[in-house]
Amino acid sequence: MPDSLNTDILDPVVNPVEPFLRSDRMPHIWCPGCGIGTTVNSFARALIESKIDLQSLALVSGIGCTGRVAGYVKLDSFHTTHGRAIPFATGLKLANPKLNVIVYSGDGDLSAIGGNHLIHAARRNIDLKVICVNNLIYAMTGGQTAPTTPDHSTTSTNPYGVFEPSFNLPHLVEAAGAVYVARWTTFHVRQLTRSIAEAFQKKGFSFIEVISPCPTLYQRRNKLGDGLDAMKYYKEKSKIRHGTPTSEAGLTMTGEIIVGKFVDRDRPDYQTMMRTQYAESLGERFVEQPEMVCS
Amino acid sequence: MKADPRGVLTGVHFMDGDHACCEGALAAGSRFASGYPITPSTEVVERFASRVPTVGGTFIQMEDELAASITLQGAVWGGAKAFTVTSGPGFSLMMEHIGYAAMTETPCVFVDVQRGGPSTGLPTLPAQADMMQARWGSHGDYEIIALCPNSPQECFDLTVKAFNLAEEFRVPVMFMMDEVVGHMTEKVVIPPADQIEVVPRRHTRKPVADYLPYETNGDMVPEIAHAGEGYKFHITGLTHDERGYPNMTPQIQDKLVRRLQNKILQAADRIAMFEEEQLEGADVVVVSYGITSRVAQRAIEAARKQGLRVGKLRLITAWPFPDKKIRELAANVKAFVVPELNLGQMVREVERSAAGQAKTFAVSHAGGGVHNPEDILKVIVEASRCRTA
Amino acid sequence: MAKGRVSIVVERCKACGFCVEFCPTHVLALSSAFNSKGYHPPHVVHPEKCSGCDLCGMYCPDFAICATKVAPAGGGDK
Repeated sequence: MPDSLNTDILDPVVNPVEPFLRSDRMPHIWCPGCGIGTTVNSFARALIESKIDLQSLALVSGIGCTGRVAGYVKLDSFHTTHGRAIPFATGLKLANPKLNVIVYSGDGDLSAIGGNHLIHAARRNIDLKVICVNNLIYAMTGGQTAPTTPDHSTTSTNPYGVFEPSFNLPHLVEAAGAVYVARWTTFHVRQLTRSIAEAFQKKGFSFIEVISPCPTLYQRRNKLGDGLDAMKYYKEKSKIRHGTPTSEAGLTMTGEIIVGKFVDRDRPDYQTMMRTQYAESLGERFVEQPEMVCS
Repeated sequence: MKADPRGVLTGVHFMDGDHACCEGALAAGSRFASGYPITPSTEVVERFASRVPTVGGTFIQMEDELAASITLQGAVWGGAKAFTVTSGPGFSLMMEHIGYAAMTETPCVFVDVQRGGPSTGLPTLPAQADMMQARWGSHGDYEIIALCPNSPQECFDLTVKAFNLAEEFRVPVMFMMDEVVGHMTEKVVIPPADQIEVVPRRHTRKPVADYLPYETNGDMVPEIAHAGEGYKFHITGLTHDERGYPNMTPQIQDKLVRRLQNKILQAADRIAMFEEEQLEGADVVVVSYGITSRVAQRAIEAARKQGLRVGKLRLITAWPFPDKKIRELAANVKAFVVPELNLGQMVREVERSAAGQAKTFAVSHAGGGVHNPEDILKVIVEASRCRTA
Repeated sequence: MAKGRVSIVVERCKACGFCVEFCPTHVLALSSAFNSKGYHPPHVVHPEKCSGCDLCGMYCPDFAICATKVAPAGGGDK
């Protein structure tokens, strides 16, 4: 006889992250064992921990499974086009510098079609907090190869095995100029929360990569089990090594995963540099941008 | 609402169309532009880059047109009036985001200073071959508004109008210049700010609890809120309902795209702007726009000197296409003559609207220069001689 | 006396098993009951072992579970 579920079923309001969710849209579309929800959980807890003013937050996502995050968080949120969350977020931030702008998107969205925007925003040090959920695949469209898919993986567009080298995202964004670079997995829920909270304190381009399971496509096609198996792999094979040179932080299909905070440096953000340059060149003729109020 | 004097360069100027367009944007209240260099449009943003730090605003040159065309939209949702500027190849790159603006109802302006195409084509020479693209370039069903200036003065006046239409209808407006109008230098009179009418953003006054981002009343245009004001709204390019939430059913799709279409089409009479001359009793009406309208004027006058009854209809609004006007004229004239710097684009719309009631003659020119007035005159004469349809 | 208490939103659960696996004191197990989507949500098998650490809540991708600390028996001020 099946168990009855009479265990305490309390009002969901008790869940500390509930105020950050669009409860009217739950349950969400992500697969059983998908790690994206876990990253959102960590993200919401970072919002609580950092005591950030929720009204000042804007979240921008692209297209893909992670792109759907924008639709589930109760913030001013924008589900934009594939690869273009970062330029959209740039426009938001420049028009209203008081906003805390988060870009929450996937590995394919940010590093393939969005790759150009990723490196330029890092170069410019635009004050954005980028959370890149890396499930090593294009999940939403059915499991195609992404620039992050590890060598020898099987995907729907590399049915005989991936033979391209994959991106080392922390290395890429560090080289492009990011001031805060960290990588965690969905196993590292507490550390992820802490990194996100730290990024909120940082001015400039912050990039947090979160390795996350895609049970339906990546895990299944590569006979790596389900989401829980991935989590166990992360637990077993992750090594927390803060300050590791990012060039040594590449990923393979079943090898070691170096996690931690890799880069935490300071340099002036885009808007600071812009104002400084204008003030220097124009002197008294420089007019600061007023608050953009249109009515 | 009157223009903010800080952005208005009141005075009598000798400037080219690109520069005048920039001044129009500033006068309209735009304080944000994102761009990417492309001949013959670049001067618009070069001037903006130079002017805006002295007025109070931001210009950013993005890494490509894919970025430029969406950065401006982020700025709109952050509270700014924003635009970008491009030409053929860049316009093609911007198409996805024009569709995004139409779908999310983001008020903004896209300036296309048309040049020879297709592909790299003729970077420094004129054409008018993006007219259909302005209307149909992005995928799916949507409507836009397109304006065609024919002088630097109009580049100023109509840019203000473009921003006003964008705000009124929450739609991306295509500002279809051409290389000649953009690079032609003429007198441009910029009036004092209190003589320039500017439409403010249709910002909601509803309290947070009552606000739905895509709820509409009679005029089918929803009220907007900006990020950072506490509304916690969701915007998506997916088919969505009044809450802004993805709702991907045929019923919601039908409701949404028809509203996006109807909010423009049902106001088409209000939006339409033309210049009319001697349409009463005309046998032939020359329909033209942009720089071609100025060349056509020469041909029209020559034809009239020959005793022909030629009317002029200059399209200032090219989209939505003035079906009604053409239909009415078609009932009374023998023929339309449509000179264009392309191999036949707006002429198709004229022919469609005329519905066989009048003949339609194209005067095509593949671009790279302007028509020879004689070539237009020849067709006007031929059109006058044709038998009534 | 348990230091914590778990609450489960049965209808949100997709039975991924994260909470069961990562609870440090093995409070949970997947039940044989079904929710309306056909998943087996977890149920509390060792309530007395719950510390209210909320690791289950932190791991859950579906916002379907969380744990809160319970006030000690006999109440009182601190």
